[in-house]
This record gives sequence, structure tokens and C-alpha cells, in this order.
Amino acid sequence: MLVIFVLLAILPTVNHGYTVTLFADILRYATLTVAWVIFSGPTGYMSLATSAFYGLGFYIAAVANGPLPFAAAIIISGIAGFAIAVFVGALTLRLRGVYFCIFTFALTLLVQNVVMEIERLVTQTRGRFVVNETAEAAYYAMFVVFLFTMVMAIMIRRSRYGLALQSIGEHEEAAAHSGINVVRSKVLVFGASAVPMAMAGAIIATRRTYIDPGIAFNLNTTFLPVLMALFGGMGNLVGPVIGAAVFTYIGEILLTRFPDLYMLIFGAVLILAIVFMPNGIVGLAQMAWNKMRGGRRAPA
Amino acid sequence: MAAFRDIIITGLLLGGIFALVSVGLSLQYGVGRVLNVAHGEFIMIGSFVTFWLFGSTIRLNPLLSIVITAPLVFVIGWFLHATLFRRLMHTAPTLDIFEGKSMLASFGLLYVVQNIARIIWGSQTHKIDYLNTTVTGAQIPLNRLVALGVVIVVAAAFYVFLARTRMGKAIRSSAQDPTTAGLMGVSINTVLAVCFGLGLAMAGIAGTLLSFVYAIQTSMGLQYTVIAMIVVVLGGLGSITGAMIGGVILGIVSQLVTHFQPTLTMIAYYVVFIILLLARPKGIMGK
Repeated sequence: MLVIFVLLAILPTVNHGYTVTLFADILRYATLTVAWVIFSGPTGYMSLATSAFYGLGFYIAAVANGPLPFAAAIIISGIAGFAIAVFVGALTLRLRGVYFCIFTFALTLLVQNVVMEIERLVTQTRGRFVVNETAEAAYYAMFVVFLFTMVMAIMIRRSRYGLALQSIGEHEEAAAHSGINVVRSKVLVFGASAVPMAMAGAIIATRRTYIDPGIAFNLNTTFLPVLMALFGGMGNLVGPVIGAAVFTYIGEILLTRFPDLYMLIFGAVLILAIVFMPNGIVGLAQMAWNKMRGGRRAPA
Repeated sequence: MAAFRDIIITGLLLGGIFALVSVGLSLQYGVGRVLNVAHGEFIMIGSFVTFWLFGSTIRLNPLLSIVITAPLVFVIGWFLHATLFRRLMHTAPTLDIFEGKSMLASFGLLYVVQNIARIIWGSQTHKIDYLNTTVTGAQIPLNRLVALGVVIVVAAAFYVFLARTRMGKAIRSSAQDPTTAGLMGVSINTVLAVCFGLGLAMAGIAGTLLSFVYAIQTSMGLQYTVIAMIVVVLGGLGSITGAMIGGVILGIVSQLVTHFQPTLTMIAYYVVFIILLLARPKGIMGK
């Protein structure tokens, strides 16, 4: 584990150009996926608002990067992501199951439309230009945010909140009756999971010259992390990271070889992953391992 | 005043189509527990099959192509349920997990269907020129009135089907309690596949109607899915009557807002939706 981190840390000094960009991309999706798993993994509340927070980061970077240092723009994005997620969470987390899902899905589209409308009225433009950072700077920033996300995810899992979320996911009424402040736990962790999403958005925005609401609030940003988490398995934190790495790499290959078929294949893989890999790639590996050892498969 | 009257009439017409789309979605969710995010893609399929038949050498009348689009999409729906969703249903440990997984699978479906359509039909905007004359006295094109007529006929037929036929009874009982319905001799798998197919068939019919009312393009689906989801939540998840009422309400809201500021239409939908979710999450007809 440590070796991987050290290798990732020195990567830009030994290699340049494409590799750095590719790994920055992998780190971006790993960050988004782990951030999504922090909240949605244990609770089973499927949030489809990733793109809303990510896009928010885009816009904060567009406004703040330049006048303020890069790091400040990232931190402001994180704070703003937290604040908005807590606000939205406090309003919506009393909704259960599929309602929460629909609401968060609509939230992304709502934020996108509101931003578009504000731009139309205030600046009378469709998009904005962003002050660029070098690939290396973006890579290191992404790396730091990724480490931050992993540390946060581990800390939350080991804290009271982690246990609280787990019990909410298993039986919400029972959790409430055993003295857990259900609403506070959900809202705070939902807020925390939005921090890395917004930060990742702020970093990636600086690698683009031009952004508009369609780019910033792209629905793929919502679904790719869910797919990656499902593909990798949500039982632990290694699964989502593996899922993100594998998928980003495959996605990159598909995008360069078959740009027209990329989304088609993506959809097909999503369906196949859901049907044939209920516990993700890590679950699959565990099953294979158990079979090899001749042990019986543990009941799911 | 005349302007206001026209807004209400157009709103009703649009609301009728919304209602049709939403009843389809409601049927899929209410009975089958599949929140089909790819619903709108089958509207697009309906539109483009109509467009394609109209443009081909036989120049099929767009209204007649309902006879082709509805069964076609029904069969696709049946097949999808029999292969994909049934399998998910039997492997998922709880209903909540099934709902989550089937929704994600339908997202996959959305990408697959939309991209296949884009490869076949490209991404340009098309429009069918059909019955584009206005009715005297009001500024409403004839094709919209025809569309509303079709919606009313389909809704009435569906109502009779649900209320009077054996299959309708089986659907109603499965919506209430699938396990008990199964014990009473209802073939649950058949009922669910029929519901999924019927839901999509309604999307297909709506697609045919939309193809001569509005411009169509291969990316049009998601917009209608979002509208249908809002309508279904507005009316109460799984309630057919609620979906109809919700559809009409949203249609009128849409026309009112479009009249004053067209760019705000989408935002108005969400505002209605959010207020409703927070004030009455069960929806108008929810239990």
C-alpha cells in the first residue's frame, strides 16, 4: 500500500505528459468513487448528486482561481460543497429510498439549469474561461485530495458515525431507537462526502480552458463513480479504488479507439456488472479465493 | 383572455402526453418496482420509428404508425423484463436492493439505447410536417388536438383493460401484494413482463404523437424521463390516477411559464417538484 503511495507521489518526476494526465484522471475517479461510497455505501441511500457538487467545484475554480491561489480555490470549493450538501441533506434526507434517489438526480439538473439561467441573466454568456494550472500541479493537488479522501473515509468508517451509518443502512428505525441521532449522522456524512467531490471539480476545471454548465454538470460524473463502486465492490475501500482505476483505464482506451461506441459499451458494461457481479470485483475475487481453498462460500 | 385560454388548452394537450408517459412509468414502478430511467429513450424510439416510416417509400401516416411502434416497444419491454429485470429480482436479497439495482441497470439501458439510436439516426433535429393547420378561432395546430384525442382514447382503453379484463385484475392484485397474488394463481412473471411492456408501449405511443407535435432528436429522451419522474412523484409513486392528474398539472405549469419566460420552464418543473417532495412526499394520490 505504502509503496503504491510513494510511487504515485514521485510519478511526475520520472514521467511526463500523458501518464501524469492519465493518473490524475484515475485519482479523480478514485476520489469521486470513494467519496460516494463514504455516504452511499453503508447507508444504502443512493445519492445521484455527485455531479452537482463536482460542477460546483468547477464554477468556484472558474471564479476564484487566478485572483486567489490554486490551493485557496480548492479549499473554498470543499467548504462550499460541504455547506451546500449539509443544506440539501437537511432538507432531503428524511426522504427514503427511491425518493431520495429521484431528488438528488433532479438536484443536479436543477443546479445546472439555475447556473445556466444566472449566466444568461448576469454575464450573458454560456460558458467561462478558467485560469489554467500545469498538469503536474493538478496531479499533485489531486493526489493530496485523494489522500485526504482516503484518510477521511477510513476515519469515518472507524468512528461512531461509521457505525451509526451502518446501522441506519441495516434498519433505520432500530438505529433511531438505539439512541443514534439519525438525521445528524446522515446529514454530516453526506456533507463530508461532498467535500472531495467539489475539490476534485475545482482541480479538474483548471485543466480545461473553457467550461459551461453542460460540461460542469455532466451526468456521467454522477454515474461513473456509482458504476465504479459497483464494479469494484463496496464492502471495503480497496474495491472502489480498484474499480475506479480499472474503469478509467478501460474508458481511456475505448475513448481513443472507439469514440462513437464509448457510451454504448459503457452502458452495456454497467448492465453486465450489475447482473453478474453483485458484490463487485473484490467480491468475485473473494469468492474465487474461497473456492480455491475448498471452503464453502459464506452466505451473502 | 384569449391568450390565457390558449395557454390552458395547450397546457392540457401537452399534459395529456405527459400523463401518458407518466402512466407508463408509474405502471413499471408501481407494479414491477423498476424505476425505469430509460423510459424516455423509448419515447425517442417511438418518435424515430414514426419518422423513419414517414420518410420511407411507403410514407406511412404518422398516426397509423402507432400500430407499429406500440407493439414493437411492447415486445422490447417484455423481452427486457423477462431477461434482465426478472433475473435481478430473483437475485436481489431485498426489495430496496432490487429497486436500486434495477434503476442502475436502466441507466445502462439508457446509454445503450440512446447510442444505438444515435448511430442509426445521427444527432440532428427532425420534425414531421403533419396536420400543421390551425383550427379556426384558436391558435392551436390541428395535430395537437389529434394528439390529445389519441391520448384520451388510449387512456380510456387502458382504464377498461385494467378494470374489466382478467389480466387487468391480475395487474391490480399484483400491485397490491405480489406474493398473495402469486398464491392466488396469478402468474407473477407474466404480469410483471406485461406491465413493463405496456409501460414502454405507452412511451412508444407518446413518442409517435410527439414526433409530429415537436422537433425530435436522439437525445430527447432524458428530458421526458425527468418530466415523467416529476409527474409520477407529484401524483404519488405507483398511482395511475395520480400520474394522470400530475401530468395535466405539469403540462399547464409548463405552458404558463413558457408563455412568460421559456428558459425558465425546466427550473419551474424542479421548483414544483421540490416543493412537493418536501411538503407532501407521498404525492397527490399517495397512500
